[in-house]
Amino acid sequence: MSLDAATVRRIAKLARIRVNDEEVSTLQNELNAILGYVEQLGEVNVEGVEPLSGGAQMALRQREDKLTDGDMAEKILANAPDRIGNFFAVPKVVE
Amino acid sequence: MSIFDLSVAGAAKALKAKEISAVELTTAYNAAVAELNPRLNAFITTTPELALGQAKAADARIADGSATPLTGVPIAMKDLFCTEGVRTTAASKILEPFIPPYESTVSGKLKEAGAVMLGKANLDEFAMGSSNITSGYGSVENPWKRQGSDAKLVPGGSSGGSAAAVAARIALAATGTDTGGSIRQPAAFTGLAGIKPTYGRCSRWGVVAFASSLDQPGPMARNVEDNALLLNAMAGFDEKDSTSAEREVPDFTAALSRGVKGLKIGIPAEYRLEGTNPEILALWDKGIEWLKAQGAEIIDISLPHTKYGLPVYYIVAPAEASSNLARYDGVRYGKRVDGEDLIDLYERTRAEGFGAEVKRRIMIGTYVLSHGYYDAYYLKAQKVRNLILKDFTDAFAKVDAILTPTAPSAAFGLGEKMDDPVTMYLNDVFTVPASLAGVPAMSVPAGLSADGLPLGLQVIGKHFDEETVFAVSAAIETAANFTALPEVRAK
Repeated sequence: MSLDAATVRRIAKLARIRVNDEEVSTLQNELNAILGYVEQLGEVNVEGVEPLSGGAQMALRQREDKLTDGDMAEKILANAPDRIGNFFAVPKVVE
Repeated sequence: MSIFDLSVAGAAKALKAKEISAVELTTAYNAAVAELNPRLNAFITTTPELALGQAKAADARIADGSATPLTGVPIAMKDLFCTEGVRTTAASKILEPFIPPYESTVSGKLKEAGAVMLGKANLDEFAMGSSNITSGYGSVENPWKRQGSDAKLVPGGSSGGSAAAVAARIALAATGTDTGGSIRQPAAFTGLAGIKPTYGRCSRWGVVAFASSLDQPGPMARNVEDNALLLNAMAGFDEKDSTSAEREVPDFTAALSRGVKGLKIGIPAEYRLEGTNPEILALWDKGIEWLKAQGAEIIDISLPHTKYGLPVYYIVAPAEASSNLARYDGVRYGKRVDGEDLIDLYERTRAEGFGAEVKRRIMIGTYVLSHGYYDAYYLKAQKVRNLILKDFTDAFAKVDAILTPTAPSAAFGLGEKMDDPVTMYLNDVFTVPASLAGVPAMSVPAGLSADGLPLGLQVIGKHFDEETVFAVSAAIETAANFTALPEVRAK
């Protein structure tokens, strides 16, 4: 399977990364090289094999649903590129 | 003997005996960092004043008897660990202005133990790379040189700054993180020992996430014992990490003198890849002889899905990365590039903030998770990952540990292996399978290449059996008697 330029643009859009024409063509070559390399997984018979999603050999822990943290608006906003009062500020979304 | 010849264990002894003070030790290391870092670029941020303050506090603890073996020990912190009040970049421009308001669990534990932080070590951007050339803050120079050549070599990656700093003796030890080999391969390239613990042994909380099902913090140091001392402090259950293992942490130093007598050591046929450098294979054979001579039983084993490790990794890791890195949107923290509307702001911020390798991996990850391709790529890779785990489970029914080379070559030159991403990815061919299976694995310096560069052997153990990994690694270390030093170093 080989990605065309339109697909590369669509992936970039999904990934929210702006790409120019030159980058599309470089990325197209590089992504196709990687996809070509992983193609060999097609040889492996995985019938009846469960997917392994995690590195831990155990079920995820559950905890009681209670408040453990909070009341730190200043800390959370300390790195904000832009803020208004206790809110993150972004360009206008709704006219 | 110079102060820089002290290991972590040696420094702890000298500090306890009041032969040196923590302030003296840190002052010497701060000066060495100031002298050599401009050349090596091992640190992105140096924190000499913070270090001196911590050293003073360490001397007070040593005086009042509350010191640990790490109190007053100056270390480099990989710049992937969030450190409260100290800029944390993950070597990405997108985090250039980020000052964490909190401390990662592992760096916090080291702080509590009294370790002194000299600075934040350079790495591949978001830990994605095997050479440290993808850093947004410049590449790192390996302090080792090929005999008779001045060519700059890479320190490996992603923990390349940590590796270069410890090898050049501008840090006594360092933290690293390992997703597919990022502790073990740079350790091998710089003549250090480094361990990727079992997945879940060290908390991931506060470590900038790359691939969450694979990421694991661990130590890097000049010898196996120092690694055990560091891991003692770094490991342990953390309720803030949902995959943290609720297990007792043994004293890893106690395992160092166990020896290998009667241990069964597996030698996997599939790691004898066609075209592997004969020097690497010869060193592996030597390692087998060393263990045999110390009473281990050598058993030929098979890990049949080894060759599928890298293709699985290059689907799973980018998939998780594309999801983890979605948080860098220019809104809550980090760099922002303004745009006409919100989508434009996201796209411009991420285009400018991420480097080429990170973009590639986000794109691959986005693709393999996208509608219509999820089953063919991602689900398939997860199933093969299960077969790789089964390879190890089957092997460990017969053996106590596995011995392999760490990397297919010695350190290579800056600018080499750059033809295409896949060539670079092949560096991790021997380290990735253990990462996918979640088992612990350590690289130990075992010899020199014909042109004088360090080579490492890898010891892989059962889940949560770092102790056997330490025992086997210590046996190799003793037999190898690796004493070579890099050309560029603090003296």
